[in-house]
Amino acid sequence: MSFLGKITLESIPYHEPIIMVTLAVVGVIGLIIAALITKHQKWGILWHDWITSVDHKKLGIMYILLALIMLIRGFSDAIMMRTQQALATNGAAGYLPPEHYDQIFTAHGVIMIIFMAMPFMIGLMNLVLPLQIGARDVAFPFLNNLSFWLTASGAVLINISLGLGEFAKTGWVAYPPLSELAYSPGVGVDYYIWALQISGIGTTLTGVNFIATVLKMRAPGMKLMQMPIFTWTCTWANILIVASFPILTAVLGLLTLDRYLDFHFFTNDGGGNAMMYINLFWAWGHPEVYILILPAFGIFSEVISTFTSKRLFGYSSMVWASGAISILGFIVWLHHFFTMGSSANVNAFFGVMTMVIAVPTGVKLFNWLFTIYRGRLRITVPVLWTLGFMVTFTIGGMTGVLLAVPGADYVLHNSLFLIAHFHNTILGGAVFGYMAGFAFWFPKAMGFHLNERLGKASFWCWQIGFYVAFMPLYVLGFMGMTRRINHTDNPAWNFWIYFAAVGAFIILAGIILQFVQLYVSFRDRQQNLDTTGDPWNGHTLEWSTSSPPQCYNFATLPHVSDIDAFTDMKEKGQAYQRAQKYQPIHMPKNTASGIFMAACITAVGFAAIWHIWWLAIVGFISAFVLFLVRAYDSDVDYYVQPKDVALIENAHLDNVAANLTNLARG
Amino acid sequence: MFIRKLSKAMLAVGAFVLAGCEGGVLDPKGQVGMDEKHLIVVATLLMLIVVIPVIFMTLYFAWKYRDGRDHEIYAPKWAHSKTIEIVVWLIPIVIVIVLGIITWNSTHDLDPYKPLEHDAKPITVQVVSLDWKWLFIYPEYGIASVNELAFPTNVPVNFKITSDTAMNSFFIPQLGSQIYSMAGMATKLHLIANEPGTFKGISANYSGAGFAGMKFNAIATPTADDFDAWVTKVKQQGSPLNVQQYKQLAKKSENNPVQYYGSVQQGMFNYIVMQYMHPDSNMKSMGSMSGMEDMEGMHDMGNMKGMDHAQHMQHMQHMKDMDADQTHSSTEQSSIASGEAE
Repeated sequence: MSFLGKITLESIPYHEPIIMVTLAVVGVIGLIIAALITKHQKWGILWHDWITSVDHKKLGIMYILLALIMLIRGFSDAIMMRTQQALATNGAAGYLPPEHYDQIFTAHGVIMIIFMAMPFMIGLMNLVLPLQIGARDVAFPFLNNLSFWLTASGAVLINISLGLGEFAKTGWVAYPPLSELAYSPGVGVDYYIWALQISGIGTTLTGVNFIATVLKMRAPGMKLMQMPIFTWTCTWANILIVASFPILTAVLGLLTLDRYLDFHFFTNDGGGNAMMYINLFWAWGHPEVYILILPAFGIFSEVISTFTSKRLFGYSSMVWASGAISILGFIVWLHHFFTMGSSANVNAFFGVMTMVIAVPTGVKLFNWLFTIYRGRLRITVPVLWTLGFMVTFTIGGMTGVLLAVPGADYVLHNSLFLIAHFHNTILGGAVFGYMAGFAFWFPKAMGFHLNERLGKASFWCWQIGFYVAFMPLYVLGFMGMTRRINHTDNPAWNFWIYFAAVGAFIILAGIILQFVQLYVSFRDRQQNLDTTGDPWNGHTLEWSTSSPPQCYNFATLPHVSDIDAFTDMKEKGQAYQRAQKYQPIHMPKNTASGIFMAACITAVGFAAIWHIWWLAIVGFISAFVLFLVRAYDSDVDYYVQPKDVALIENAHLDNVAANLTNLARG
Repeated sequence: MFIRKLSKAMLAVGAFVLAGCEGGVLDPKGQVGMDEKHLIVVATLLMLIVVIPVIFMTLYFAWKYRDGRDHEIYAPKWAHSKTIEIVVWLIPIVIVIVLGIITWNSTHDLDPYKPLEHDAKPITVQVVSLDWKWLFIYPEYGIASVNELAFPTNVPVNFKITSDTAMNSFFIPQLGSQIYSMAGMATKLHLIANEPGTFKGISANYSGAGFAGMKFNAIATPTADDFDAWVTKVKQQGSPLNVQQYKQLAKKSENNPVQYYGSVQQGMFNYIVMQYMHPDSNMKSMGSMSGMEDMEGMHDMGNMKGMDHAQHMQHMQHMKDMDADQTHSSTEQSSIASGEAE
């Protein structure tokens, strides 16, 4: 057994110019950032205030940062796929040979779902949920930090695969037997397994943490049916996480046994059955898409009711519709493989169940409509994303119901029609929601506004780019073009393939505009400060704090008696009240245990991928020792003293008072 | 307004699309595909009943109730209406009930496992997906071909499908349904061409590096005589396909040219399926094959229950026709089953 396991010099893809240039660019950017941090002497702040932080708001920001970084990577993959298909028409080979192209579409799917959409969603939830329920932090702040670093650990592994070895060439679902040793002998699938496994455990812990938070940490007086709608949809998503992610953990575990210990759960031979993997994968995979979309639904609800200056129409309908979606989401997984040859009764059952989900989803759309009805809709960036979503998602929902009809799926399954459908819902649904939430809560998180004009420009690029990029895929699906093909030779398809490529570049413009928007807004932040903490005349408790909120969120815990708790306080004249006397506030201490443990787990994953068994053992023991040390550490908390609280609160309330006149009358 | 221009442009594109869908699933040439196209159109129209109003209301409400139009009614506390709630739950429920009934019936009508009702006697083709090509075995004719499939127009074709590699999906878009091909299993598909022509066939499930080249032509010959001529051509041109040659063929290759095999060792399809059933999957001699059962029904994910008795008897007879020399012995079947359990 070699010291470095399977790693050789040949593991570095130095003969691939695209990868080498990418690595060089990433390296240079990394060095520039490191140099800037050193120059401005920010390493200490980075370590003490961010990396080791257990503050849910900072973790939320780090999650979103991770999501944005992975968005760049995932979108680069998308651009490469679209250009490859545009260049490889009429039998041409294009510039990406299958062994590279196949890694790219796999990486695109995994990154966009697991390392872009999930961190974005969890980031927004981290940032907002504790504030919305009037809590000072989540139930288990250290666990929250560990969850983040486990997610980051998976992202690190998937990025290492770019420069060392290869990534899976199986599609993001990694169906066996293709993902078994017999057909994928390389390390690609192992990278896939360990990246998903480690980040998946982080996600499960997040789900547990936030369910406990919602059940135990609500402000006095807040009943479950008074929780803000975003908190509710996140709660349903967390229930789904806790119920479904263990299935992913188990199925990846079984695949690991197949690949590492010659088991035969899913192999062709030895009595294995690949369909067991496919069933289990989608028993997680389908709830997963609702985990992504439900919080987005919550964001749209918050945005619509805030910017119409109106209560949300049909609050309890919304809560129960979300619950119905969550439960139904568990009994539809078979619609991902109607074509495996199951009986008509089975297919018809799963088809009909899938359609039933359209009912609560449709109810939600109508409720948003009736929230706008007789409101005063301010057309801001979050509202544009919401309106764009309502139109786009309706189309995506329709194509989804069409795919749920087995007779239609028999000809549309695995075609580009399917690709268009799920981008229509995940992009036009979930991602549009996160973008709305990003623009909506950005002032809260950072203390200054985003540039509105650039935000709108970015929205229009995304919106138009979406239609230009994905409507042609519906057409190509009808024309019989299937997914994951490296090159084509059907002249009738060419026009639509070029069309779609143009769309990808329009979306690219939207992404670039978003980064420009971030830069410009940061540069002009002094002119755009959010001094009151309530820039949109918000309904819920997060807007009652300063922007960014104090580390303890609430100096005195609010007493809640209405769904729109902050609106209620403002109307009763109870907002912005100075307390006579503050109590000491009990807070968790920052800790480096999370990142150290995650680093050890990353080493375990890396070692397992490359069969460096000594490192796997060392990494595992280190992680366990770190866990024990942390478990027996009693120095984990501190108190913010009343005089410090008074100082911070008075400064903030003075600020508010200076602006209150404008706010109330304006 | 921009959005309206956009929707107009989309309508124009839509019309162009429908006109330009030649060769795809909206240009079907067989009964199954035609029924599926019809189903797609009906389901889409039904959904548009609710989709169009929702999109319209979104844009209209956003315009009508935008900030600054102070003459519109403003009701900030209005958040509940029993009537509206009932209506917004009822509309989707009604549509889904209608769609659900259509789905239930169409799924049974279009069940890929259900033999087609037709006067002509069906022909059987055994389909094997390999890395990265398709092997078509004609048990009734004792021939086989690679990457070319032929059958007469207006004759139902019964496909039996398996894989000797990763999972693929056997799909001829213009004829209708697709079905997965999986190693160690035999799946079924029933299609028919009602117009002569050459249709593109593909794998619709990604299976590795050579996947994009897994294409074949499905030729629906105008008459039975034309098909017989094709069979004769294959018989004359083709070399024999036995286990050794099959193993040669099963090796990885990309963009395989069309190949013909004039004779096929009996039970070849069963051999391919059964390789994965035994702990020792490397059966060298055909001797072990001769005692082998037709595995159909054993590793069958389909609804044997759905067949009526007459159909079932016909089915059994058909199996006998296929491999006339093989005896159906229940003891052997059970020994195979226990071998699988190991």
